[in-house]
Amino acid sequence: MNESSSSKASQSTIIDISNLCLTFETQTEPVHALSDINLQVNSGDFLSFIGPSGCGKTTLLRVIADLEKPTSGTISVEGQSPHEARLNRSYGYVFQTPALLPWRNIESNIHLPLEMSGYSKHEQKKLSQHYLSLVGLLGFEKKYPWQLSGGMQQRVSIARALSFDPGMLLMDEPFGALDEITRDRLNEELLRLWQETQKTVVFVTHSIPEAVFLSNKIVVMSARPGKIIDIIETNFPKDRTFDIRETPEFLEASQRVREALKEGHNDGS
Amino acid sequence: MMEANRIFNNLISGTVGPVMILVTIIIMVWYAGAVYLNSSFLIDRYEKNNVNWSFSELASDSWSMERPVLPSPHQVAKELKRTIWDQKITSKRSLVYHTKVTLSSAMLGFAMGTFLGIVLSVGIVYVSALDRTLMPWIIASQTIPILAIAPMIIVVLGSIGIIGLFPKAIISTYLCFFPVVVGMVKGLRSPDKILVDLMNSYSASKVHVFWKLCMPASIPYLFASLKLAIALSVVGAIVAELPAGAQAGLGARLLSGSYYGQTSLIWAALLTASVVSATLVSVVGRMERSINNRMGLQT
Repeated sequence: MNESSSSKASQSTIIDISNLCLTFETQTEPVHALSDINLQVNSGDFLSFIGPSGCGKTTLLRVIADLEKPTSGTISVEGQSPHEARLNRSYGYVFQTPALLPWRNIESNIHLPLEMSGYSKHEQKKLSQHYLSLVGLLGFEKKYPWQLSGGMQQRVSIARALSFDPGMLLMDEPFGALDEITRDRLNEELLRLWQETQKTVVFVTHSIPEAVFLSNKIVVMSARPGKIIDIIETNFPKDRTFDIRETPEFLEASQRVREALKEGHNDGS
Repeated sequence: MMEANRIFNNLISGTVGPVMILVTIIIMVWYAGAVYLNSSFLIDRYEKNNVNWSFSELASDSWSMERPVLPSPHQVAKELKRTIWDQKITSKRSLVYHTKVTLSSAMLGFAMGTFLGIVLSVGIVYVSALDRTLMPWIIASQTIPILAIAPMIIVVLGSIGIIGLFPKAIISTYLCFFPVVVGMVKGLRSPDKILVDLMNSYSASKVHVFWKLCMPASIPYLFASLKLAIALSVVGAIVAELPAGAQAGLGARLLSGSYYGQTSLIWAALLTASVVSATLVSVVGRMERSINNRMGLQT
């Protein structure tokens, strides 16, 4: 039953980008951060941007989030302009660092977006309880961010991004600063969350195994100018575990990503 | 030897030991300074009267002069006892009464200065025109010696009928608002870009960004400024009492002390002023710690 509803949802395009360019004007010369980007993200997708640093993957995510304005081209998010989508709070954004407010305890950090959306105190409490249990942090409500490990803090920030039930989750290298053991565990947890919440996830990473393991669509990008080299689709079951890392399909997908990255690198130089 | 070591270690650990040692050293230097500064007058007098004098006589005389250049610590202590302990606190001879007068204008000035400082800093941070126009004036205001401008303020306000506590508080305000403006401008601009992005991702209103992000983030900066400001408020209140020939207050005591050459009176007032300032600063420090605790910040 879950299967059928998710496949139905995956019919519609939720993010539509065509001929998008973004140039940063600097004092010396203009920097072409993004060049001629064309991309569709379907509802329910788990899509990853992968590429070397400076390839504009974070910039592209920020354009989707309306934290950065494109120079030319068109982009629609949930059928609206990114600006309208942001005003409608249609996405939750997870940053490279947890970005928790140090003077708020865990619970009240999760309440932050809810307070601004006008939820009642009772609803705030109910939602924070629900999402804390989803990320496995029940019992930590009254702790302050500095009392938690980096991995736990990032889980709080994911719970916060989910708390107001946006359609999309935009994640900018959320596990980049964590050790590999914690990262693996959080990858599995994220996959479970994706499956349970049916959200569209756009994820930025520079780790090939992470991208292949998590996503059903991998967008490989190259630097200077930032452009899309290849889009690789995989078809692993939604309830996959780390065991798939040993399968030929996984290794093949990883190989394709690696080759696309190499191609982009040769083009660039 | 071991025993002596242990006693020494006990003495310098904690806060009481080191403070006592420092106070003892200061008092010793003070006594020596009293002999040195008062001796020339005494020696002149000895020679005029052809008195044979020894150093011990010189020392004891210089510690008990009626109008010394530098009164000795016990003379100041006696003055403090005479003006604090032996008086009713409502009496005009009581230092407690004068302290209260100075303190009330200092506190009014501190409150007004803090308020003014916060209002100005918000204006500077959120209105870019104010950032460019206001800041140079604020900095220029602090380059004028307070001693030069204080009489002007008192006289001008007095001529339009505003007298008493308020003009004195204005001088304190004048000194107080500056550290608050500087600290709060820095504090309101202190949140990381990532937190500003976070608020934007929720399409938070300016009011929300201010109350939920910028204001809490500026609290540590505010308290650093308040500690400076509260000490300055006492300075301002005392300075304000000097030019107008105020009848009451620690500044008035300083003034009458210097009229009548009663240095022990001046020193007693100075000592009281510094104790008051130190107490106020530590009160602000306590408030800071309790607010930090409530905000869950590490201290």
